[in-house]
Amino acid sequence: MLKLDNICKTFNPGTINEKKALQNLSLTLKPGDFVTVIGGNGAGKSTMLNAIAGVWPVDSGSITIDGINVTGECEHKRAAYIGRVFQDPMLGTAPNMQIEENLALAMRRGKRRGLRWGVTKAEREQYRDRLKGLGLGLEDRMTAKVGLLSGGQRQALTLLMASLQKPKLLLLDEHTAALDPATAKKVLDISDSIIRENGLTALMITHNMKDAINHGTRLIMMNEGHIILDVEGEEKKKLTKQQLMEKFAEIAGKQVESDRILLS
Amino acid sequence: MNAAVCLGLPSIANLISRMPGGIAQGIIWGIMALGLYITFRLLDIADLTVDGSFATGGAVAIMLITSGCPAWAALIAALLAGTAAGLCTGVLHTRLGIPAILSGILTQFALYSINLRIMGMSANRSANPDTFKLLITMRSVPKAILTGAVLAAAIVAVMYWYFGTEQGSAIRATGSNPNMSRAQGINTDNMKLIGLAISNGMVALSGGLMAQYQGFADVNMGRGSIVIGLAAIIIGEVLCDAAFRKGCEFYMRLLFVIVGGIVYYIVMVIILWLKLDPNDLKLFTAIIVAVFLAVPHIQAERKSSFKMAGKRSLNGKA
Repeated sequence: MLKLDNICKTFNPGTINEKKALQNLSLTLKPGDFVTVIGGNGAGKSTMLNAIAGVWPVDSGSITIDGINVTGECEHKRAAYIGRVFQDPMLGTAPNMQIEENLALAMRRGKRRGLRWGVTKAEREQYRDRLKGLGLGLEDRMTAKVGLLSGGQRQALTLLMASLQKPKLLLLDEHTAALDPATAKKVLDISDSIIRENGLTALMITHNMKDAINHGTRLIMMNEGHIILDVEGEEKKKLTKQQLMEKFAEIAGKQVESDRILLS
Repeated sequence: MNAAVCLGLPSIANLISRMPGGIAQGIIWGIMALGLYITFRLLDIADLTVDGSFATGGAVAIMLITSGCPAWAALIAALLAGTAAGLCTGVLHTRLGIPAILSGILTQFALYSINLRIMGMSANRSANPDTFKLLITMRSVPKAILTGAVLAAAIVAVMYWYFGTEQGSAIRATGSNPNMSRAQGINTDNMKLIGLAISNGMVALSGGLMAQYQGFADVNMGRGSIVIGLAAIIIGEVLCDAAFRKGCEFYMRLLFVIVGGIVYYIVMVIILWLKLDPNDLKLFTAIIVAVFLAVPHIQAERKSSFKMAGKRSLNGKA
């Protein structure tokens, strides 16, 4: 469903701030894969998601979604295949517009936007049903401005928007990181059920080891812009937080080691 | 009434007789403000092109009318000329990466030369209402008010429809959250381009009306029009919020922009009636706009500020 082939991306090349964010990153997702992504700060997790979404062009390598080479397509074109939820609850919705207007915008993802009415009556009923499914009472506030909603409500709404027009790929960029633990759990549960019910292929970044183990069908760990651990199926189920922490410590140790060599 | 005379002012009757003229001009500027509303409120861009495109509209309308073109066709030509100006700003901003405010300033600057060329290198061109058939003229103010009001209502209706469509919603989404819009597959650059084009088309249409109303086009007629437009928008919003505390439909907000234009011109009529120097009008306008723009900030400060928090903490101790 997704194929990343030898992706490289360097920010600020040739300057003192040069950062090799992605280095020969390759990854292949089968349809229905739900991959949790972990890794330290600066490991390239968000950069990978941004590369897939087309926030900027990659330096080299190719990105293929469901057999379509999208490497040369810009962000709004790729949006036809991709649903996204961001870390910042403010980023995923239009605050000055109504809940139903936001849903209607998402409903037309990947379609031509012409001079037909922006929200139709039939859609409204459909949105009401889908909102009811979230269990947050939003179905009674469909004409309220999204700016009035809490962070958790917005993330749930953004998830619904991302899946309204079934995407070939769902990208979740630490979408529960800004929420309190109870709300984070609720949003994570909603993510799980949306992915399961629609049979979506998804990538989810998280900093929570337990979430990374308990959710999804496959787990990858990133470091220095490429994948250093990739487990799935039974092997993933048997993973423990302890093992992941050890792996983390191992990488961190290597870095400390190289720092020591540099400094001595 | 005599009190006014005692103060050395013209009579109240004089003030009342000036009112219809103020209302007519207010409606015309209200149409300009509706155009500005698209960029300023919906796209969140301060578009300075309007100072040039307003005069472009006036110049195109007057030149076409004096060369025998019917007034309505001249107005459509003015609208198209303004659209082209808006597209120019849009290309500078979205295709060439120049900040929106600078793009507007560049187009506006260039339009000064273009407007002079349109008017045959003359800074001022008139169209005598006795010789030419004008759509709207100060010779007959009641008719001007009626024509203006019908046009304004039609424009509000079209805007209400357009910004409710899929494309119009995409333009509003672009102004509200460009990141989200791109993630939902909206070409935000194109939406800005369309918005700037429509906006300046309406501004130029208003310029074409104003030139007919006053009987001439002037290369400087658009100077400061962004401030007058902003004044109309902001006065309209304050009045609208006061009238509908629970919020109101989009078309009502648009209608109140026209009301804002009218109120602004009524205030101007009163200032002129008070025998204040007309050269000071721009100063008054700037002060009015600054005050209204500052009101939301000051209100928020009154509810919560460091100064108040500091005072409260001291009171708590005592």
